Amino acid sequence: MEVVGQLQKQYVDFITSLFREAYLDDQYVQLQKLQDDSNPEFVVEVVSIFFEDSEKLLNDLASSLLVSISLFWVFILCLRPSLLLMVVLFFLLFLFQLYSQQQVVDFKKVDGYVHQFKGSSSSVGAQRVKNACVTLRNFCEEKNLDGCSRYLNLVKQEFYLVKNKLETLLRMEQQILQAGGTVPLLEQVPLLWKQ
Amino acid sequence: MGSDCSSVVAEELHVLAVDDSLVDRKVIERLLKISSCKAVTAVESGRRALQYLGLDGEKSSVGFDGLKVNLIMTDYSMPGMTGYELLKKIKSSSNLREIPVVIMSSEKVLARIDRCLEEGAQEFLVKPVNLSDVKRLRDIILQGYENDEDKGYQKRKLQDLSPTSSLARDLTPLKSASASASAQQSCLKRPRL
Repeated sequence: MEVVGQLQKQYVDFITSLFREAYLDDQYVQLQKLQDDSNPEFVVEVVSIFFEDSEKLLNDLASSLLVSISLFWVFILCLRPSLLLMVVLFFLLFLFQLYSQQQVVDFKKVDGYVHQFKGSSSSVGAQRVKNACVTLRNFCEEKNLDGCSRYLNLVKQEFYLVKNKLETLLRMEQQILQAGGTVPLLEQVPLLWKQ
Repeated sequence: MGSDCSSVVAEELHVLAVDDSLVDRKVIERLLKISSCKAVTAVESGRRALQYLGLDGEKSSVGFDGLKVNLIMTDYSMPGMTGYELLKKIKSSSNLREIPVVIMSSEKVLARIDRCLEEGAQEFLVKPVNLSDVKRLRDIILQGYENDEDKGYQKRKLQDLSPTSSLARDLTPLKSASASASAQQSCLKRPRL
């Protein structure tokens, strides 16, 4: 029983920190409320679908933001041209890229993917991911390729962070159940994270 | 008592949920099941929804498995056919226009909300949808069935009324066919919260 008590306390501390640091928000609590004896794996199932969906979306996003002419940079370096030639080529390509970046990237498509990602992260309560998506969408609207690339990296980062946290959280729940205890319900968690 | 006459209870409600996101379909399905809805069918697009409703072929609001759909909940932003377009198609079908349609969206755009309500949407819910939203919705839909029962009773009573009675006078403005009044009519027909 002592083991269970300890596990439960660790769980409460951990999940409280997740709320305090905005990794998760109230929507996660809502999901837990939907889980019961008739559907004891509900949260795990939803979170798993979220992970799968998100990996796919991130791949789609990465490939749709890829500016194919950036491959030319690599090509130039491989040619090992003289320094002068390299400078000239870089300069020309830089101009060309500036001109064509609007045409190369389909920002509407990117926006569509981000919208989906924003929706699914919001539905599981992954607040930081959702917020990063909102900012990424703004860059899409402005057709700001640089901003989009930067924020896509941030969105990816936040996703893998919350994925890690959620996997840990769900593992802790399993441990409590296996030790014969019950998982503390969030309503019983001290309301630190709401401040 | 209205509840005695009601032919539809929560446990008989068959809901059709339309959303391109698998995560959201799973969540809404669970929300509805927990709110005691008998059957939930979740499809991933407007086109599939119309197929299920029999709007592209046979004319029937009976789904393939023979259950009549009592409520349609659809996401607004979907590739292909948006929830708004689906709403329009449903409301322009003589068989299906009576089925309440609820639009869900993560974006609270007033123009969007107005457009959907004007087109006849029962309600516009902001995502993520939670349990209290769904329970409230269920109660509204069930109340609507109860009101229909009562309305049937009232209609029979009205035939006995003379044109000068206060009830008849109150009802006459409802019969005017102007566009704005018809919007008002659909509001009045909606069960009160």
